[in-house]
Amino acid sequence: MNAAGTGMDGLFDVAVVGGGVVGCAMARRFALEGARTILLERSTDILAGPSKANSALLHTGFDATPGTLELACVRAGYAEYLEIRERLNLPLLETGAVLVAWTEEEAAKLDGILAQAHANGVTDVRRIGRDELIAREPHLATAAREAILVPGEHVIDPWSAPLGYLHQALENGAQALFSAPVERGEFDGSRWRLDTPRGSVSAALVINCAGLWGDHLDQSLLGGTDFTIRPRKGQFAVFDKAAAPYLRSILLPVPTERTKGVVLARTIFGNLLVGPTAEEQIDREHPSTDGPTLARLVEHAARLVPMLAGMPVTAAYAGLRPASEHKDYRIRAHAERRWITVGGIRSTGLTGALGIARHVWSLYEGLGSRHTAPAAPVWPRMPNIAEHLSRDFQQPGYGEIVCHCELVTRREIEAALTGPLPAGDLGGLKRRTRAMMGRCQGFYCSAHVCAIAKGRIAMPDKLGETL
Amino acid sequence: MMDPQPRSSSCRVAIVGGGPAGLGAALALRQRGIDRVVVIEREAEAGGIPRHCGHPVFGWREFGRVLSGPVYARRLRDAALAAGVEIRTRSSVTQLHPGGGVELASPAGLEQLAAERVILATGVRETPRSARLVGGDRPWGVLTTGALQSFVYLERLRPFRRPVIVGTELVSFSAILTARAAGMRPVAMIEENGHTTARWPSAWMARAFGLRLYLGTRLVDIRGNGRVEAVNVETGGKTATIDCDGVIFTGRFLPAAELVRSSPLRWDSGSGGPVIDQFGRCSDPAYFAAGNLLRAVETAGWCHREGRRVGGFVADDLQDRLPRSPRRIELERGPGIKLIVPQAIEVGLTDPSAMLQLRVDRDLSGRLTIDAGGQRLWERRLATRPERRILIPLQALSIPPGVDRLQVGFTP
Repeated sequence: MNAAGTGMDGLFDVAVVGGGVVGCAMARRFALEGARTILLERSTDILAGPSKANSALLHTGFDATPGTLELACVRAGYAEYLEIRERLNLPLLETGAVLVAWTEEEAAKLDGILAQAHANGVTDVRRIGRDELIAREPHLATAAREAILVPGEHVIDPWSAPLGYLHQALENGAQALFSAPVERGEFDGSRWRLDTPRGSVSAALVINCAGLWGDHLDQSLLGGTDFTIRPRKGQFAVFDKAAAPYLRSILLPVPTERTKGVVLARTIFGNLLVGPTAEEQIDREHPSTDGPTLARLVEHAARLVPMLAGMPVTAAYAGLRPASEHKDYRIRAHAERRWITVGGIRSTGLTGALGIARHVWSLYEGLGSRHTAPAAPVWPRMPNIAEHLSRDFQQPGYGEIVCHCELVTRREIEAALTGPLPAGDLGGLKRRTRAMMGRCQGFYCSAHVCAIAKGRIAMPDKLGETL
Repeated sequence: MMDPQPRSSSCRVAIVGGGPAGLGAALALRQRGIDRVVVIEREAEAGGIPRHCGHPVFGWREFGRVLSGPVYARRLRDAALAAGVEIRTRSSVTQLHPGGGVELASPAGLEQLAAERVILATGVRETPRSARLVGGDRPWGVLTTGALQSFVYLERLRPFRRPVIVGTELVSFSAILTARAAGMRPVAMIEENGHTTARWPSAWMARAFGLRLYLGTRLVDIRGNGRVEAVNVETGGKTATIDCDGVIFTGRFLPAAELVRSSPLRWDSGSGGPVIDQFGRCSDPAYFAAGNLLRAVETAGWCHREGRRVGGFVADDLQDRLPRSPRRIELERGPGIKLIVPQAIEVGLTDPSAMLQLRVDRDLSGRLTIDAGGQRLWERRLATRPERRILIPLQALSIPPGVDRLQVGFTP
């Protein structure tokens, strides 16, 4: 049996397992290099797991551990995002970051952080005194002492970026199969056969980008793994757009041994977020929030930026970072088994993805595979949903505004339901358009959106039975 | 992508929002002979929240009979149109400018509308789950009453069958009626306080429909993969799980004041709406406001009357009969006072019908007081609860000379 809808006799050079940001970037890289590529995703759309819930920052790597693969991938991923983003129409909100010392002890750590940033090749990082800090961020609480300025840390769109990566992969010959968890697999010495509920796929190489399930996939198909996923939950609260004027830069804390700590940052959609927490948990299925923690995040934000006191919260969410017991990424090629594991991609996956994909491609080339890259690759342009750029509602002929909070048009929703990578479920539709993600959280538009989408995408059980 | 040049147009009065308040204001303006009155409505039809609310009781005071929400909304709309009001639907105001200019988007393109006066009547919305910081999973099937009504009455869709209802305001009972009308069987009603918020029909209605009423109970979190499977609640330190397939967050209305907050107009953290004087005039005198944008929440009928009243003041203003007083007094809220509307009084211009509206933020009993510095101007014995309307006639206050602030408070 061949996989439904692949149109390729189920024969591929590479099967990428997992449709998170790393899987999407991987599919793009391999398609652009000319490999016949398929991406298998167990859910009904991309970004069903950790990649949909992060802090949406483009990291310079200034604070990464020197000498790690993570640092190399973050640096490469950062550079490539800036290089390709205009051609894919991916947004960038150039905010810079300030890493603020609030106590004397924290201030004492700034020199070390600065030295590390310079050692990591991020040479424009510098110390700024209280006056310059306050001039830049006049709404900070008075306890702010001094800071490190990281001009290159920016805000991006965590959803349109991977969407653009996979979209470009598809436009350049790759395939994607959804609702296709890999249930079994067999290696015959030269090729893998992967069985999914939607059919089997034959590939000369498997790349495990299965995120929270990466160790399980290694264990079940490869027969062993050199890491164990230890999910680290991060909860976030997102303030109303009225909060955005009170912060210009990304506000970073002085990190501790264990975590980079809680960040305040504007979002590309015009809000302001606070998070993440860092909570170890066993469960891999439930990135759940809890009221007291959210309340603490909100209080924390108002302590650092007092104007946020009483500011309404638009959204709250949590993500599970697929951390492992190791500090660095776990990327390893098993040459004899034609298998590459990409595991333990913890909090830097959004920035690192493009760099990780390049690194994996070089490992793949090292296995002796050769392909001919398309001479003129296609560069599809993603629809813009960033607040600071021109939006669809500003162009006539959009039909109607469906979501009034986020000013999402009928034309945008229709576009998200069609094309080479249409929304597979309501979550995917939200992420592609912002519908239902504004301050009223669907008070006005959720019924209308469901009516438009009904029969065209997977709906949750019983949602939207016709009366 | 190049932004096309916005079109320009003008009118005498632009009214932002075509609900009961906005349509009431438009009607009053036309009846006073003001021409070029434009209502800007973002939905496909004017009428506002009642349009989504397919059950009675609307319209008793306006039309002398009991109407369903959609019928009531249509009557208000027809009355405005018959009076010569221009209603522009599918038009969203995106920005307010000083002196009365509004920017709007419609499928025909962007537009700059220069108005001599603008009346803001953008209404309210309910507080969704996220703003209440309710934790747990994030499954489908978590709605507000407004969303539920859109599913049932506008789209004819049933989002779930056995929801839990959070809250006991009047709108919570509207949620029960809506759910029942669509063949759902709500399983429980959860209220944090020891009593229901709405005076009527409260407890007996819940029982009549077979819901279990949980008073003094807090919603801890929501559970479910894909869609809602259960909620966990806590009553007096004991937790329990209620099986359900949906959650309806009802009430805790908030003024839809986004435009105000991103404009130069002053905004009041108590009411959540714009700062106004007793004529509904905002801090920029080209702007007025009416209806639930001023404070959450009053009935559709109240908002309609308030819209008519403010429409009349705007007509006065355009006919140079609404001067500004040299003396403006600000009202300060003491502990326990959630909101006061208006937040400012222009002394010496009071019309006889002007009222101060107050609400408290907790159960209170004692004396409600209004002081000027140390001097008591007014007091009344009162036992009240949150969401109960308190009205004080402005004429009851005689404000001494030299005073520019009044303190409103509660003494046990």
